[in-house]
Amino acid sequence: MGVDNPLGDNIITASLDSLVNWSRKSSIWPMTFGLACCAIEMMATGASHNDLDRFGIIFRASPRQADCIIIAGTVTKKMLPVIKTVYEQMPEPKWVVAMGACACSGGIFDTYSVVQGIDEALPVDVYIPGCPPRPEALLFGLMKLQDKIMSERNSFGSTIGLGERYIPEAA
Amino acid sequence: MAENNRAVIKLKERFAADIVEVKEFRGEVTVTVKKENIVEICNFLKTTLAYNLLTDVTAVDYLGQEPRFLVVYNIYSIPNKDRLRVKAQVSESDCSIDTVTKVWSTADWLEREVFDLFGITFNNHPDLRRILMTDDWVGHPLRKDYPLQGPDREPYKGRLS
Repeated sequence: MGVDNPLGDNIITASLDSLVNWSRKSSIWPMTFGLACCAIEMMATGASHNDLDRFGIIFRASPRQADCIIIAGTVTKKMLPVIKTVYEQMPEPKWVVAMGACACSGGIFDTYSVVQGIDEALPVDVYIPGCPPRPEALLFGLMKLQDKIMSERNSFGSTIGLGERYIPEAA
Repeated sequence: MAENNRAVIKLKERFAADIVEVKEFRGEVTVTVKKENIVEICNFLKTTLAYNLLTDVTAVDYLGQEPRFLVVYNIYSIPNKDRLRVKAQVSESDCSIDTVTKVWSTADWLEREVFDLFGITFNNHPDLRRILMTDDWVGHPLRKDYPLQGPDREPYKGRLS
């Protein structure tokens, strides 16, 4: 019974899903993309004091290398096609974080030129309230995204063409 | 007083029939003119009176009044360190005015902005397109009769709670 352990403590056994999810959540590479004042706060979060790098979160300057986009700021109707293009250029799997009141709901800009929440166009995984959210709030939101990535099922199977990736509903 | 302003005196000599009103408020002189000779007036202001910098072109919508629009030219004389504001009356029925791009070339984009947001056409403009809104936008958002939240949405009626 049980798994023989001839190599001592030098190996661990885990499901491929856990391994894949763990590596994905530990290397969230967000798109370098800011829209308004929230982007300043996002930059502050990435800088040395809060240091997103310790979560493996490294901003990438190309959508081809990114797997997360943080919508940091007010989305105008003129900017929406650009955001959609950037999102479509990102390879799967990809996640969307709506940072701040404007990205979540349009915020104070209840006007003709502003999209009333990026969820009208993109599938949002994490909403972060605040105007703008403090770096701690963005960190918390990204940790929530990590939790969400960890709870995904069949993440390995779906990459090799076996079935769909299953994302449990939020608790 | 505005009557003693050098530019106002010269303008009154030359374009007496075109001047509607001269006003001074807190040291700022505003000359309201008819739109027909706006290019000649601007050319005179630039060449003879040395107002060589066009700071801004904008417009005001007085919805319900006639003429409905005033196109506002804020100009500055770098050699004389003097500012002047010229307003031109534009009615809703003939919603157009001649372009001053030949006088100050910076008027190109400023007039495009006024065209985009107020729907005032600038005759003989070299490239009259929208500049802020998308090309397929319908309507002119800074007009007073344009709904703030856009024509496709129910207007905000205050908090429900």
